Amino acid sequence: MTRHTLAVLVENKPGVLTRVAGLFARRAFNIHSLAVGPTEHEEFSRVTVVVDVDDQPLEQVTKQLNKLVHVIKIIELDNSASVQRELMLIKVRADQSMRTSVLEVVDLFRAHVVDLQPDALTIEATGNPDKLTALLAALEPYGIREIVKSGVVGISRGSRSMTERALDRVTRTA
Amino acid sequence: MSQKMTNPPGRPGPTTKTASTSSEVMTGAQSLVRSLEEVGVDTVFGIPGGAILPAYDPLMDSGKLRHILVRHEQAGGHAASGYAHATGRVGVTIATSGPGATNLVTPLADANMDSIPMVAITGQVGASLIGTDAFQEADIVGITLPVTKHNFLVTDPDEIPRVIAEAFHLAASGRPGPVLVDVAKSALQTDTKFQWPQEVQLPGYRPVTKPHGKQVREAAKLLATAKRPVLYVGGGIIRSGASDALRRLVDESGAAVVTTLMARGAVPDSHPQNLGMPGMHGTVAAVAALQKADLVVALGARFDDRVTGKLSSFAPKAAIVHADIDPAEIGKNRVVDVPIVGDLQEVITDLLPELAQEHEKNGKPDLGAWWRQIDDWRETYPLGYTPTADGLLAPQHVIERLGALSDPDAIFVAGVGQHQMWASQFIRYEHPNTWINSGGLGTMGYSVPAAMGAKVGQPDREVWAIDGDGCFQMTNQELATCVINEIPIKVAVINNSSLGMVRQWQTLFYDNRYSNTDLHTGHGTRRVPDFVKLAAAYGCAGLRAESEAEVDATIKRAKEIDDQPVIIDFTVSRDAMVWPMVAAGVSNDDIQYARGISPAWERED
Repeated sequence: MTRHTLAVLVENKPGVLTRVAGLFARRAFNIHSLAVGPTEHEEFSRVTVVVDVDDQPLEQVTKQLNKLVHVIKIIELDNSASVQRELMLIKVRADQSMRTSVLEVVDLFRAHVVDLQPDALTIEATGNPDKLTALLAALEPYGIREIVKSGVVGISRGSRSMTERALDRVTRTA
Repeated sequence: MSQKMTNPPGRPGPTTKTASTSSEVMTGAQSLVRSLEEVGVDTVFGIPGGAILPAYDPLMDSGKLRHILVRHEQAGGHAASGYAHATGRVGVTIATSGPGATNLVTPLADANMDSIPMVAITGQVGASLIGTDAFQEADIVGITLPVTKHNFLVTDPDEIPRVIAEAFHLAASGRPGPVLVDVAKSALQTDTKFQWPQEVQLPGYRPVTKPHGKQVREAAKLLATAKRPVLYVGGGIIRSGASDALRRLVDESGAAVVTTLMARGAVPDSHPQNLGMPGMHGTVAAVAALQKADLVVALGARFDDRVTGKLSSFAPKAAIVHADIDPAEIGKNRVVDVPIVGDLQEVITDLLPELAQEHEKNGKPDLGAWWRQIDDWRETYPLGYTPTADGLLAPQHVIERLGALSDPDAIFVAGVGQHQMWASQFIRYEHPNTWINSGGLGTMGYSVPAAMGAKVGQPDREVWAIDGDGCFQMTNQELATCVINEIPIKVAVINNSSLGMVRQWQTLFYDNRYSNTDLHTGHGTRRVPDFVKLAAAYGCAGLRAESEAEVDATIKRAKEIDDQPVIIDFTVSRDAMVWPMVAAGVSNDDIQYARGISPAWERED
């Protein structure tokens, strides 16, 4: 199984996320992460979904997604031709004695401290999934109390826009 | 009771030809009824209730819509399906919120599996009550998400005409399927402007109908050079209306043809190249041809497990051409060599000249050896059955006679189980849309309501429901609907006093332990219920045939009765089994012609 990142442009309508998530569940596809948000055009939302599948089932995933009436366009974001980032907030147990060494790790990974308490600090980190995994491993010895991840979002490199091209087609159809 | 589908838009009011620029103020309920009229609906099957009640008031005044009051929403859905099946048009059903809507789940799932164009309209509680667990509230859009092609929730009455236009467009185009429109009661009660025609706004929906020329040429090359070609014809041919085109392809290619359960009638059974049904209860010739083929051309079929048997050993030597309007079907179960996405009518129309060109270049292939082998299978293992040992009627005989004595364009609508398989096997289908059944979902109880819908759609044709005693007891309340609305269907209950197909599996795989399959309706039982008396109670004609001598005469009597529904109780042997059979999950190579008898494949290798 390999990890694939799909950018799915959908109509910004109620229930779209349910339709996408429900499809993955009933077709027994494994979602690794799923992130959704608005785009520069209010009629579209964009879902970035990371799945663990082989190539053959991936084709099924894409085709089944395409059958959803609210799905406008799907592209696979290739690692080398796209930028993929995830946001993570991490609460680490760190009193006075450990704080300095935790801050060293934070600096090394170009992360930020966003909350500081006598017995804990909260770190904000952005990066590709590998970087975040490495950061977590580095923080592990200090005692991680809580983490939350946004799910990967991704965008292709270069000047072409997925939304623009889809919008062209939409206006042509209408 | 005339079908008023040809009426010009000549209703009183300002909207006639200039409908696109004018609009009328009316309630959402009136807008809903008007939209249904404008989209061309002539018949709806439904039951009113609280949330949908506002729509039933203007419905009463509609001169274009015939509303048939059914006795259960499930039956309304199946009736819409039968109507769609028999006419090729979109079937329509209406129900109220909550339980009315949830009763539609089965027919929607059924239509989704068999790609039936259908629109279900449900009432929903008022917009301000949604999400409060109000009386008769159910999230039917959420519930039916996985079993519809698409669904809508409408809370703004201004959206009603557009959503109705989109629902019918979605249901009928591309790969057809069921669409549900859930309308909040508040939207029905609020004033709105009605506008027609409506522009369909579905930017994410663009079904491909025109096939790719290169792929079609590739398919033609394979078909022109294969030594053992089989056309694997599925229900998509029927939905596409591609039977005539297919007939030319069959003749031109000389290939063997198998017609799946959903495609019976797509090619006439009298055609010498038609080997009949493949799959779990298919003919030996059809199953064997697929197993030994060097080319399988799948046309609107989906490599269902009931056809392929154990998938890894299905048609192991064959290259696969797969043509379907739904790209997601291609490569779903079986890796494909030549994928073709398109409407089958266009695919075949494009394929024919390419094939002719190949033949012109290289001559027609010599399929003599292939046909000798197929004919050998056909002669050695024809469809048949053994006489019963208990002196009771053989169900296969009854069904064979029904087929033989009915009109050439008669429509047969089956339930699900043994009788369904026999009806598929022992009736000769010569035309598309003469065979209607629940294939994918396998919905017991489909027959009576679907036959009712088919008869409404084709009032001049003979319509037979071939049902089992188990199925019949699930939906026979619709006999009331048939009597009151003068829908004279004929029902042949193949009464073996048990859940026959389950009993057959208990015989074969559970050591004759008949757990909960005895229904006590048949010969020598208390007959609970007595189907002849039941018929009388509903105001139907009730007949019974218990011996072979009575079969023909009873069928003929039923044929003569045209002013009321007829129910025939054929009490048949419960020990009869459906053969041939490929047991679930095993290879098609292990097909049994009859119990313990397997074809000897070595002979042709």
